[in-house]
Amino acid sequence: MTLDAKIPSGPVAEKWEKHKFEMKLVNPANKRKYHVIVVGSGLAGASAAATMSELGYQVSCFCYQDSPRRAHSIAAQGGINAAKNYRNDGDSVWRLFYDTVKGGDFRAREANVYRLAQVSVDIIDQCVAQGVPFAREYGGLLANRSFGGAQVSRTFYARGQTGQQLLIGAYQALEKEIAAGGVKMYSRHEMVELVLVNGVARGVIVRDMVTGEIQSHAADAVVLATGGYGNVFYLSTNAKGCNVTATYRAHKKGAFFANPCYTQIHPTCIPVKGDYQSKLTLMSESLRNDGRVWVPKRKEDCAKAPGDIPEQDRDYYLERKYPSFGNLSPRDIASRAAKEACDDGRGVGPGGLGVYLDFADAIKRLGAKAIEERYGNLFEMYERITDENPYKVPMRIYPAVHYTMGGLWVDYNLQSTIPGLHVIGEANFSDHGANRLGASALMQGLADGYFILPYTIGNYLAQAKLEKVTTEHAEFVAAREAVAQRTTRLLNIKGTRTVDSFHRELGKIMWDKCGMARDRAGLEWAIKRIPELRAEFWENVNVPGSASELNQSLEKAGRVADFLEFGELMCRDALHREESCGGHFRTEYQEEGEAKRNDDAFAYVAAWEFAGEGKAPTLHKEALEFENVHLATRSYK
Amino acid sequence: MNLTLRVWRQAGPAAAGAMREYRAEGISPDMSFLEMLDVVNEGLIAKGDEPIAFDHDCREGICGMCGMMINGAAHGPQRLTTACQLHMRSFSDGETITIEPWRATAFPVLKDLVVDRSAFDRIIQAGGFISAPTGSAVDGNAIPIPKLDADDAMDAAACIGCGACVAACPNASASLFTAAKISHLGSLPQGQPERSRRALAMVAQMDLESFGGCSLFGECMEACPKGISIDTINTMHRDFLFASATKRDVKEWSGGA
Amino acid sequence: MLSFWQSSVGKKAAMGLTGLIVVGFVLVHMAGNLQFFVGPSKFNEYSHLLRHTLIELTWIVRLVLLAAIAVHITAAWQLTQRAKAARPVGYERRDAQVSTYASRAMRWGGVYLLVFIVYHILHFTTGTLHPAYDEAQAYGNVVIGFSSLWVSLFYLGAMALLSLHLYHGTWACLRSLGLAKPSSNPLERRIALIVAIVVPAGFSLLPLSVLLGIVR
Repeated sequence: MTLDAKIPSGPVAEKWEKHKFEMKLVNPANKRKYHVIVVGSGLAGASAAATMSELGYQVSCFCYQDSPRRAHSIAAQGGINAAKNYRNDGDSVWRLFYDTVKGGDFRAREANVYRLAQVSVDIIDQCVAQGVPFAREYGGLLANRSFGGAQVSRTFYARGQTGQQLLIGAYQALEKEIAAGGVKMYSRHEMVELVLVNGVARGVIVRDMVTGEIQSHAADAVVLATGGYGNVFYLSTNAKGCNVTATYRAHKKGAFFANPCYTQIHPTCIPVKGDYQSKLTLMSESLRNDGRVWVPKRKEDCAKAPGDIPEQDRDYYLERKYPSFGNLSPRDIASRAAKEACDDGRGVGPGGLGVYLDFADAIKRLGAKAIEERYGNLFEMYERITDENPYKVPMRIYPAVHYTMGGLWVDYNLQSTIPGLHVIGEANFSDHGANRLGASALMQGLADGYFILPYTIGNYLAQAKLEKVTTEHAEFVAAREAVAQRTTRLLNIKGTRTVDSFHRELGKIMWDKCGMARDRAGLEWAIKRIPELRAEFWENVNVPGSASELNQSLEKAGRVADFLEFGELMCRDALHREESCGGHFRTEYQEEGEAKRNDDAFAYVAAWEFAGEGKAPTLHKEALEFENVHLATRSYK
Repeated sequence: MNLTLRVWRQAGPAAAGAMREYRAEGISPDMSFLEMLDVVNEGLIAKGDEPIAFDHDCREGICGMCGMMINGAAHGPQRLTTACQLHMRSFSDGETITIEPWRATAFPVLKDLVVDRSAFDRIIQAGGFISAPTGSAVDGNAIPIPKLDADDAMDAAACIGCGACVAACPNASASLFTAAKISHLGSLPQGQPERSRRALAMVAQMDLESFGGCSLFGECMEACPKGISIDTINTMHRDFLFASATKRDVKEWSGGA
Repeated sequence: MLSFWQSSVGKKAAMGLTGLIVVGFVLVHMAGNLQFFVGPSKFNEYSHLLRHTLIELTWIVRLVLLAAIAVHITAAWQLTQRAKAARPVGYERRDAQVSTYASRAMRWGGVYLLVFIVYHILHFTTGTLHPAYDEAQAYGNVVIGFSSLWVSLFYLGAMALLSLHLYHGTWACLRSLGLAKPSSNPLERRIALIVAIVVPAGFSLLPLSVLLGIVR
């Protein structure tokens, strides 16, 4: 199978407009005859479900939380980018496009990124109209800040709760459509299988998490908006429930998984404290606007209190290594530099896995009041967790898994390799390449959901010749049966280890071997070790309770079972990509400590096809062409 | 730290429940409250017992999924803090901790500490939105909004929908939740066209969901992890009164051709 | 109007409005009572004014108050039932964090005040429960009425509860009617505190002065 990205012809700036015109429309009277399933209710899922309902489609939306408002988009703090150029500082659609392609280390698809930059401006307007309380200047106009290493101020924000406010906006739109009858919402329902009829995605199997009932839902198209797979590392900044199940189940049914090894490690998280730790907490990257990152120059000083280390004995390593970007270097670079400092034995705090983020200079320069206004809620959160006062003692931070750029492969229309299966938001792979810029995740989720998918799905529905399918179709019956069997199997193992203990062990393997730095030996070891762990899981896991009740252990077991397969795929992708790019750093491929890309051999999207249980997946390549942003070494020096 | 937990256990929505006692041993003061429960649960599973079911997701205090009554206070003793952000250093060694689910007719218990808060979603459905279909928006800067209004909106919009306000209220009232949304949207120019309809519809739905009325005890504000002010309730009452006084019927001939 | 009354917010607003009417009344009533300390003739004259000269006005006020209290009590009763139904299974432990004792005493305190009002009317307005009632001698009625320790203690207890009721109620009335100004400390109440001290204190001066033998 050759991958056809279906990128429209013509200059990059005109592709989307042209494509919008060329796409087939569904007659307004016919829209209500089409039923679309949306799995996930985060920024992408909620905005897509609401918008499609506004257009007239019948939508069923599923989420595993108790309300669509809880999706983990809510946790994004910093902001959302848009090429509004309200600051008159030289921003433009083209510049946002350029920055995103370059920031993604030339591993993203130009056409998608350009479209993302184009619709970014509409997102802000849409959100303002919905009542998202973006920060404002005294003149009443929208405020902006520079974020995550961007040299223009294009980030819109709502205090430190931008993700929350955008999600609540989308959630309210969704609830409005639920009230209007266009969307049927299924909260506390987890998708456990995708159903294909004649090779086309026609429905899902979900588990009602309260009663345990296995339900079938049929539709004309299925949209996955199920987020990223960062929890494969066990410890990440993701919510506890985030999982790979929906996308991995789709993968096993034929959807290609693209670039799974591209994971983003966020540089500013609160360091791990003990082995009971259940998740990592991110501190907004905006902190790096005013905080200075340092470690002691000498290992001997690490145990000292930070205040006892004089200025000349401190190594402000980001400012030293990357003088033009300094503390605002992109996430992958800042993360790796922190790891290097700690690997060098100069890390601070318990276990030596931490670096200082110091606000002393900023407080001296701007006053504690100004710092409190900017970061008060973050400082409070830090103090609650660590019991240390960051106004007095520098924060300690360490990188943590935060976002996954990889995801199901989609074409320009956001359709996967399974006809009818569309994938949006973090769950797809399309826009961020090998590294995502700060404040771009919210932008992409909403771009896909509000402005792209509602168009492209119409194009699909208008052309697809779909037979009528009910949930009594043999494929649905078989899928239900398979789900029930898998559940019974999990419950009957009655082993001695808890689900969490397997998850922790997998997470440690992934972090050690497929985390911030990867090498051949480690990845090969992991590819051998993960199947062993998986085998042990299926023999020795202990899942208490029954299938017909609210059973949180069972929910976790299903997710971890998928992570145990997916982790291996990730390692395989990381092993095959013999270069360093963005969030993927192979220690063998570096030059003077900097990532070394190999554009001749690896300027492609690696899309993996499931080849059967126990078989190595098949690699498909989508060549990436850079016609507008020319391949160059990414330098922030 | 070693602690004694008294926890509400209930097998299902229709089952009878009871308080049960558990030991939590070797707890680190740096653990979050939910991590402490994780540790207790791992122990329960090892012993062949059923783990304590509780809702949680982001564990960083923003998703609003977690929530439980801890020693008689919603989300526990620390102000402006959700259960997931509460740390064990707030307790002392040897303490007995009472843990109960949110209690309200509108929040039926599903299992142990897990309750059904879908009533909140239905209150939002009744009118907690601005009808702005995708694509219909004007430029974000077309309507300037005074900073103080935007700040007021943001203060109210900070609600995470956790239900602590209901749990803490002696009347089990959802006034703070409902009022926060009415205040958020009512503070913005975009929210004006639907302001009256919103107040009437959301209040009606709130009543329909069997929440209690507001007696202005103030407990909700204290329990709110986001510190939402009962001033929002004042706003809700004002909007409701204004809307009631100026209510207009939809004209029968207002439909299109 | 019906849907307004059926709404919990509508009922609270009704309680707020009727509450304010009664607050206004008790302020005037208390101020009028203070004429007791000017002397018997002044006080008896005041009584005569209300009972004969301005009797039409008195009746209007009585009817308004009666209606206000009826609405207030009905709404309070219904909201109490609603609150009870909203949490049929209570907590094993729920600690009051910031709610005042006054706010928690509103319901039973209100019942006490109702009993008190009925007694008070039978005591001083109709004289039914007065040992030596003489309509023309309002001053004497007060002195004789309060010379019973138990009666005075009952009155003083009612004033203590009135104080609590006013402390929470005056503040809550304004908020139920949406009339409060946004505040950084919305639980703070200054006007209500003044009303809650001044009104019951003014009323209490009468039984106290009789009990302590200051007035004979």
